[in-house]
Amino acid sequence: MIRITDGGIASTVQDLGRFGNYHIGMPPSGAMDEYAHTVANYLVGNDEDAATIEMTYQGVTATFDEDAVVAITGADMSPTHNGDPIDTWTTVAVEAGDELELSFATEGARAYLAVAGGIDVPEVMGSRSTYTLVGIGGQDGRTLEDGDELAIGERTEDRRDLVGETVGDEYVPEYATEDTVRVILGLTDYRLTEESKADLCEAEWTVSPEADRVGYRLDGPDIEFEERDQPFGAGTDPSNVVDLGYPVGSIQVPQKPIVLMQDAVTGGGYATVGTVISVDRGRLAQRQTHKSVYFEPVEIDDALTARQERHDRLSEIRKEVELED
Amino acid sequence: MGDDRITPVDLPEPRYEYGGDDHVFVELAEAMSFTANFKAMAITQQVAEREIDGVVENCPANASYMLRIDPDVAHPDTIIEELREIEAALDVENYEWETRVIDVPVLFEDPWTHETLMEFRDRHQDPDGTDLEYSAELNGFDSVEAFIDAFVAAPHMVTMVGFVPGLPWCFQMVPRERQLEVPKYVEPRTDTPSRAIGFGGAFSVIYPVQGAGGYQLYGRTPIEVLDVDQRLPDFEDSIVYPNPGDILNYRRIDREEYDEIREEVEAGSYEYTDEPVTFSTEEFFDAPDEYNQRLVEVIA
Repeated sequence: MIRITDGGIASTVQDLGRFGNYHIGMPPSGAMDEYAHTVANYLVGNDEDAATIEMTYQGVTATFDEDAVVAITGADMSPTHNGDPIDTWTTVAVEAGDELELSFATEGARAYLAVAGGIDVPEVMGSRSTYTLVGIGGQDGRTLEDGDELAIGERTEDRRDLVGETVGDEYVPEYATEDTVRVILGLTDYRLTEESKADLCEAEWTVSPEADRVGYRLDGPDIEFEERDQPFGAGTDPSNVVDLGYPVGSIQVPQKPIVLMQDAVTGGGYATVGTVISVDRGRLAQRQTHKSVYFEPVEIDDALTARQERHDRLSEIRKEVELED
Repeated sequence: MGDDRITPVDLPEPRYEYGGDDHVFVELAEAMSFTANFKAMAITQQVAEREIDGVVENCPANASYMLRIDPDVAHPDTIIEELREIEAALDVENYEWETRVIDVPVLFEDPWTHETLMEFRDRHQDPDGTDLEYSAELNGFDSVEAFIDAFVAAPHMVTMVGFVPGLPWCFQMVPRERQLEVPKYVEPRTDTPSRAIGFGGAFSVIYPVQGAGGYQLYGRTPIEVLDVDQRLPDFEDSIVYPNPGDILNYRRIDREEYDEIREEVEAGSYEYTDEPVTFSTEEFFDAPDEYNQRLVEVIA
């Protein structure tokens, strides 16, 4: 059992998400930074789909009432173990009665705490991920609070052998400088003027305070739309289209662009102009408020190559962790 | 009742677009029409039937559709190729699917949405009226009564579900000349009662939960579209009740009936009035008024 004594700012239990219900309006939820979530799991010997605790800007304080093997990845929140600083991206042993405390993020926005066996909350519609809007998954469908008790999943083997494992520097992202996310333009980008299309890819955008698991609103130059007679059913505003499905990662332009994230609204009537590729959504999720973001247009094959490279990287990490047993 | 036929629309070539590396978005038309929606419905039904490898999510929308795919299983182009095949073989003017006709009781001009819409008058086109008065006038009706009569005169088809879980977008099953049309609020409201019946563009919606919204507010239904705890018997298989392709028949009720139904819903004993039907696009296009009558009769 893990006892939460401080829930942090917005901490939730997440796995890789809930699929098969987008057509009834249910977004996948799941870890915002899949890479950090997955590496944390590998470091404690879990599969990638085990549930972790995702923490935003400020981490949790938790006491363990049993021995456990843990790893913290993602944003650096200066974690301590019984008051002593511990390394991130590293496997750590904790004993019954020990306390882990995370502070404010110095680099990046989201940290992941994995524990060998996974966080054992009940599966809802095939996933342990928290979706707070309707209150399902995770701990009672909400963010973690002081007093919550989280069960640790059953361990098939003792993972104390992994303690001290760490990933090489080349595998640790530099959140402070990674400001470029790759996008495939398209969807209904015919609504934008040529100038606005150019702005989208060339301008400096900054993360607004309205940036959460649903979407990241970005500040930057004004968006201009092509003039047209609005088609039947689209609504009167030039940003309106006949309501359509929004891909996760898509950039919609009610006015300022919003990039839809894991708890996305699944559809609506705003023009969409492109989609952040799957491997770069986590990078955006690690950009702090007021930090800059640049969109780099790529083609589908670049996106697929990047995806394959990500898979290869994660396999290397897993192999490295397991081999040094 | 005016025109007795719906003329199918000539649609442009579909536009196949990559939504990142893991979605395919297909725009069938920029404008809403039954032809475009039935095509979205038919193609996504075929996608489901074929059990195409690599398809993770399959989402019809009003005049488009979207798939989430696993590109590790199938290249998006392979899937697009199959979608083109399905599209080429489809005759949307002569297509059928199994669906349901559903009774949706509505208390129009209810006290809860009335309170909300009065509270947000400063965000509305017509600060001195109500949403129904504004909509009636804009659509050329003499009275709110006459507008509500038109709103409930023919059923509304669920053409898309989404935004949030359980929210149905519905398009009234009448010829274009009789479609009602209203703009959304000038500035969205920060509050809407749950189960409110809204209308915006050419779509009616049922708000599943309390929250922000920009559609004109007409009334409230005592029945749920979302039941996260699955307490009601009709939610046994899914936390969401409406599905794309369902046919909703809005029925005017009074406060007494509203309270009765609401009591049963809260007790977890209410059973929805719905009946399975086979929907034929051909029969609907040929004689919509007569066909709607027959559809609605199954729940009479």
